[in-house]
Amino acid sequence: MPFTIVLNIFAAVGQSFLSFFAAVGRLFVFAAKAVGHIFAPPFFGRITLKQFMDIGYYSLPVVGMTTLFTGMVLALQSYTGFTRFNAEGAIASVVVLSITRELAPVLAGLMVAGRVGASIAAEIATMRVTEQIDALVTLSVNPYKYLIVPRIVAGTLMLPILVLIGDIIGIMGGYIVSVHALDFSVGSYLKQTFDVLQAADVISGLVKAAVFGFIVTLMGCYHGFHSGRGAQGVGAATTNAVVSASILILIFNYVLTQVFFS
Amino acid sequence: MINDNKETAGGENSMIRMSNVKKSFGDKHILRGINLEVKKGESLVVIGGSGTGKSVLLKNILGILEPDEGTIEVDGHVTTHVRGRARVELMHKFGMLFQGAALFDSLPVWENVAFGLIHGEKMPKGQAREIAVEKINAVGLSAQRVADLYPAELSGGMQKRVGLARAIATSPEIIFFDEPTTGLDPIMADVINDLIVESVKGLGATALSITHDMASARKIADKVAMIYEGEIIWCGDIKDLDNSGNPYVDQFIHGRAEGPISKHSDFAKTAKSHA
Repeated sequence: MPFTIVLNIFAAVGQSFLSFFAAVGRLFVFAAKAVGHIFAPPFFGRITLKQFMDIGYYSLPVVGMTTLFTGMVLALQSYTGFTRFNAEGAIASVVVLSITRELAPVLAGLMVAGRVGASIAAEIATMRVTEQIDALVTLSVNPYKYLIVPRIVAGTLMLPILVLIGDIIGIMGGYIVSVHALDFSVGSYLKQTFDVLQAADVISGLVKAAVFGFIVTLMGCYHGFHSGRGAQGVGAATTNAVVSASILILIFNYVLTQVFFS
Repeated sequence: MINDNKETAGGENSMIRMSNVKKSFGDKHILRGINLEVKKGESLVVIGGSGTGKSVLLKNILGILEPDEGTIEVDGHVTTHVRGRARVELMHKFGMLFQGAALFDSLPVWENVAFGLIHGEKMPKGQAREIAVEKINAVGLSAQRVADLYPAELSGGMQKRVGLARAIATSPEIIFFDEPTTGLDPIMADVINDLIVESVKGLGATALSITHDMASARKIADKVAMIYEGEIIWCGDIKDLDNSGNPYVDQFIHGRAEGPISKHSDFAKTAKSHA
């Protein structure tokens, strides 16, 4: 009897592992197919441009607000901590490095996952449920090329641009608080900011952003494309897209940081 | 480009031929050896209850699903496992009216109708719009009024008509109709049936429809096949339907609760959700 219980536990654990690896395999196949279709005609330029607007332009307010207030809070918190050690002079360095290397790409990625990843998953899942994806097939249009490629291309290219703008806004947020609330001098704050900032800091953040943009759109497309039936299927696809994209962003952030700065 | 140009052993007159096609989802066996032939220019209606595998049958022919066993031939070519660009080319032969119309929400009516022309056949937009307007008028809608509306602004019947206009816009050789009258009032259903007959005969196309609406089947069919538990259990001319001598067909066409068809035979419903 105890042997059977142990066997059942092993079977359940084994089943979970198999399901996990099967899901990872399906995701890799989906990603490989999507990337393969990026480079093969036909190309849907107008649809891709629309995605540039949806994913890039319309995410700008969210990313801008997030990085602005993050920069402001960072300056305030750094000041509170650093005054204990008479190290207020390091605030500009902390703000600029934290924003460009970590906070702007990660927070922008997470915000875009919430806004864009959810929207992509819901839209494609609804198309799946209402047979619009099957209709594409019957109209001689490959759904990967029409639905998946434009979104992945737009996400991968637009998130770095959003993060670059977010970098500027976030640094500006730290500057506003430091100069106007904490009485730092304009000249010394800006000098310290530019002295410490190197191209590699910004570039590493932009590379991270491109990877996060790919992850967000890939997860949105994947979960939408493989959605279950009905409203519940659409809801589950949306949730799974946001949760999986957010977790993958945090994991890949660690991996990329290790690669860039170890 | 279509597969290996393998010619069929069937007659030259055969447009669609399914031989021993089987499809399962896990342990749910939906198609259990379908044998079916649709001749060129013929209108075949497949009848059967909910969850008997009708939609799965259509999706296997279209390549949306791949059969586990058996052979599907379209216009003399084996297409069972055709994929990629060859499948896209093959789809030029097909048009389809979906059960819920499946119009693209983000596009206006005229662009829905012209979609296959613009993206499938690479036709210039202006020319595609002209054809779309012509097809919208052909299905009894006023293009002037509806062409620039979005699908959400149309009634169910109007959406079905737009779906029909889209299905015939590329003048396909084969048209599929998936439950064309489901969800429509009887008058609108009859209007759609008339339009289907007109469109199919006008194009000289081959039609394969699935329905459980017997009025619709009687109106649009040259031949009728009945699917039950994943097999074609009867196939014959529409004029022979009432004298089929098959108790399953008799029960179904008369809508009787009592008979050989079990009330619990909707085993395939669960699996249909996978399709």
